[in-house]
Amino acid sequence: MKMTKRIWIHSVVGAATAAALTSVAWAQGAPVKIGVLATLEGPFAAGGADGMRGAELAIRQRGGVVAGRKIEMVRASSNANPDVAVNAVRKLVEQDKVDLVVGPLSGGEGIAVKDYSKTQPNMTFINGGSGAQATTLQNPSPNFFRFNTEGAQWMVGLGKAAVDKGYKRVMVIAEDYAFPYSQVQGFMSEFCRLGGKVPVKAWVPLGGKDYSSVIARIPKDVDALLVVLGGADAVNFLNQYEAAGGDKPMMGGSITVSQDVLNYRGKRRDSLVGTISAGPYADSFDGADWKAFVADYQKNYPVSAGGYPSPSLFALVYYTNMKAALDALEQVKGDLSGGQAKYREALSKLELKMPTGTVKLDSNRQAIGTTFVTEVVKDSKGDLTTRVLRKVDNVDQMLGMKREEFQMGSRDVPACP
Amino acid sequence: MSAAQWRRAMNGGLRHAAGSSGQPPVRVQASAVASGAAAVDPYADSDAPRWLKFLWRTLSARHVLTFGLALVFPFVATPFFTFQVAAQALVLGLIALSLTFLGGYGGIVSLAQMSVAGMAGYALAILGASSTPISLDWPWWLAVIFAVLIATVCATVIGWLSVRTEGIYTIMITLAFGVAFYYLALQNYTLFNGFQGFQKVYPPHVLGVNWRDPLPFYFLSLFWAMAGYFAVKWIVRTPFGVALQGVRDNPRRMAALGFNVVAHRVAAYAVAGFMAAIGGVLMVWYNGLITPGSVNTGWQINILVIAVLGGMRHPIGAFLGAIIFVLLQTFAIDLIDRERFNLVIGVVFLAIVLFSPDGLLGLWAKLRRRFGSDPSVTSPSHRQ
Amino acid sequence: MKWGTRAWAWLLIGGPITLFSLWAIVDNPRLYFITLLNGLTLASLYFIVASGFTLVFGLMRNVNLAHGSLYLLGGYVGFFVAEKTGWWVLALAAGFLAAALAGLLLQTLILRHMQGQDLRQTMVTIGLSIVVADLLLWAFTAQVHQMDAPEWLQGPIRNIPLIKAYSAYRLSLLAAGIIIGVFLWWLLARTTVGAMIRAGVDDRQMLAASGVNVNLVFAVTFMLGAGLAGLGGVIGAVELSMVPGEDTRLLLASLIVVIVGGMGSVVGAALGAVILGLAETYGLAYAPTYSVVFTFVILILVLAFRPRGILGKPA
Repeated sequence: MKMTKRIWIHSVVGAATAAALTSVAWAQGAPVKIGVLATLEGPFAAGGADGMRGAELAIRQRGGVVAGRKIEMVRASSNANPDVAVNAVRKLVEQDKVDLVVGPLSGGEGIAVKDYSKTQPNMTFINGGSGAQATTLQNPSPNFFRFNTEGAQWMVGLGKAAVDKGYKRVMVIAEDYAFPYSQVQGFMSEFCRLGGKVPVKAWVPLGGKDYSSVIARIPKDVDALLVVLGGADAVNFLNQYEAAGGDKPMMGGSITVSQDVLNYRGKRRDSLVGTISAGPYADSFDGADWKAFVADYQKNYPVSAGGYPSPSLFALVYYTNMKAALDALEQVKGDLSGGQAKYREALSKLELKMPTGTVKLDSNRQAIGTTFVTEVVKDSKGDLTTRVLRKVDNVDQMLGMKREEFQMGSRDVPACP
Repeated sequence: MSAAQWRRAMNGGLRHAAGSSGQPPVRVQASAVASGAAAVDPYADSDAPRWLKFLWRTLSARHVLTFGLALVFPFVATPFFTFQVAAQALVLGLIALSLTFLGGYGGIVSLAQMSVAGMAGYALAILGASSTPISLDWPWWLAVIFAVLIATVCATVIGWLSVRTEGIYTIMITLAFGVAFYYLALQNYTLFNGFQGFQKVYPPHVLGVNWRDPLPFYFLSLFWAMAGYFAVKWIVRTPFGVALQGVRDNPRRMAALGFNVVAHRVAAYAVAGFMAAIGGVLMVWYNGLITPGSVNTGWQINILVIAVLGGMRHPIGAFLGAIIFVLLQTFAIDLIDRERFNLVIGVVFLAIVLFSPDGLLGLWAKLRRRFGSDPSVTSPSHRQ
Repeated sequence: MKWGTRAWAWLLIGGPITLFSLWAIVDNPRLYFITLLNGLTLASLYFIVASGFTLVFGLMRNVNLAHGSLYLLGGYVGFFVAEKTGWWVLALAAGFLAAALAGLLLQTLILRHMQGQDLRQTMVTIGLSIVVADLLLWAFTAQVHQMDAPEWLQGPIRNIPLIKAYSAYRLSLLAAGIIIGVFLWWLLARTTVGAMIRAGVDDRQMLAASGVNVNLVFAVTFMLGAGLAGLGGVIGAVELSMVPGEDTRLLLASLIVVIVGGMGSVVGAALGAVILGLAETYGLAYAPTYSVVFTFVILILVLAFRPRGILGKPA
């Protein structure tokens, strides 16, 4: 009797201790470590820095605490090369022992991180800014979530706006890699269906600076140019085009008229006024949530401290994904146990309220969201900003087409010369 | 000239000199002989096979200790350290070893070694299995063999085209090869799949083992790294290796002696290319993917940094440099403001090059000279 | 080369070029001539930067792989001077001086002590370029810095016969390149300073023995070479904008120009720049996918068959 009682007491005490020890992991107070990966070096360094600011903003808005747990942000850097990104994520997961990962920024990195995520089934990976179609369309991973819409989705509505403006023949000038392919596909699938023609597509090498040859090839009979270049390339192109006496109206891709290009320190940006474009946001969108977001960004990251006058695309997408991560964490009350299964279910069902509207996930864990068709205007302070022409809701990854009709963008697809 | 003839010529000279005057053997002719070669062979009378005698001669306590540590390491370290730090260092070290061989023993500084490794990696991805439709899905052993073969042939071609250049010109032409290959891989979509590259290029499951798991991959890389290390140590003592060092020190004299300088150099490129190719296969298996970013200018320079950091006097330098490089790359972000770790790597490299041109091994040698001497098989620093 | 080989070389190289030109002119003459102008103007920018490099290496045997960083430094300094004062000419001077000063420090503090050690100089300057690139990134952030051309050079020149309109700034680039080229040639071939520089390279000790301060002469040469890189930076900031990464690009371009043309020869640098500029722009216009591979193939072919460049002098 005594023996059994002793054994019984021992086992109860033992069980209680065990329970206490395991529950310490997710009990109140234990910090949650979130790894954030962005490109802090290389061609997208400026965008990566703003992405970090966006992610940090989402954390600051919650006062640094979620579901009673303190948030610890662990930063990692890459340079748009997939192998560097995978090394950085592996370090976050295996060495720094983070609880979830938010990132990466660039399209090629996204695909590599998605492949890595399949080897870590108990870790949740949420996208940062990468916008390649293939990440969620081809071999999607059950623990990789993307709460931002991707490159092709960002261009929905621009085709119709172009036709409305009277552009019947458009030349495409874009960088030669996956993200511009998806942007061009998003534009052309609508534009071609409405009767538009794209006689020439000029794919320029990434990072090339000299557009004089491309400009010389612009045919006389096109009505407008669709320019899908990012960062420094867009700046050079605009500069050289005007200097060469060019006068055709331009349409911009989503990263062409992003803040870090509209901010470039030179006076030639005046030639950008009137350009139509499409993307996941517009600087002067009237929504209350958007205005609150912009004000919050400007308060936390004034220009003097290195922030932009208005949050860039990268800040917005990182903010969106981090907010989703935190909202779902709040929903499960910080419970990341059981291989994070409950958490992932909460993420899949999450209806995220973000500054530009509501975002839901489809069956591939890809966001269904809102796209804005915009036009560049000059505001009262003389800064360049965008205004909304049209808002398209519930844009999904199939771009409204049937699965059989849909083809992923590449250099030659789609084509309507 | 065959090995036997060379040995006869060398020993003949010694016999004559010793016979005529009873003096210790005269240092023979032009080739810079490794400092230990003229010493008496302590195992000359032993009956043991040649390879065993070679091992007894070359191995010492520190070799056994290092090997022991390397074997035990993965069992005490975390899988992260085993895979991302140790295995990566071994693979990069192997590629840098090819540069150390070319540069330290051949006098040729080639910036194309990473590109050769990349060629092997791309060939493997194209011929083997990956998630891209371009891949031909050959059986893994066939793909590996052909990948290494293709890369070695390319390295020989690069060598043949670069052989008449010297010094800074060699650096530039090999850099040009590397950049040309980068842009080819970046721009071509039919074969190289452009910017996207090849994903999911994994080592095979052989003998029931997934060779990409940290432990098996570490031992795989350790095996090949050691193979490379011993291969280099062995080659530099063969007639070919000694002649190569002669060509490094004084090509004119070697030509006058009847050695084919061009052939020796091209052969050196081929050997180095073979090593880099194996490193390239391992690199692609480590990353699980290959993109143009793996062979860009930054990486070409990184391999040079690794080789110089460790020191080009001895094969172990490549691995020393690789370990430091990988540690810096992985952990600098924790110690320094995350955005400035390029600065840290640059400053460390600069400091070492300014104060110790022979890298860490040079520093080590200086320290040892201060506290006692112990000659080992090193490549004597050559005239500039 | 014997007469026979010479004729073959001309045929093999000149033949396809003439055929291509004939086809292109018939197909789209405007494109062909615009590309020609584009190539020549790009060549001028490359020449200005590469002439500094060839001066430093060819004459002083100093390998300076931080040349691209000097370009970037000059560009950023020029940009800020232009912003503060609004004078483009002042920006040019500032860029030149900043790079020249940096070059002077580099030469006197570091490279002078490594005279003759090619490999070591290469390593040190590579390390320096990594450090300087990161420092500049820290100071100026990764944002794009686009400088404005001065008002009198902005916009296109119109009413040109076939081409209709061409950038005034690019044409001025061409003029600048020619002026600098002539100036350099005059400096080296016709002045005492130039004679001293050439003498110092041929036989340093004799020059010192004849009473000339050799260290001063070499320092001035290095300053000139570095300053040219900085000047190129300010000019390039307008045309190509300042971004981290430009340093590697311009360094590679200078290397190609100098190797193809021959180290140590200003005329060689001009020739190399023209070849590179034309190859790049024609490649971009007619075969954009492989334009860069094309330029490197030219480099490799030249090095394989003329290891010292087309007009190179033996060491």
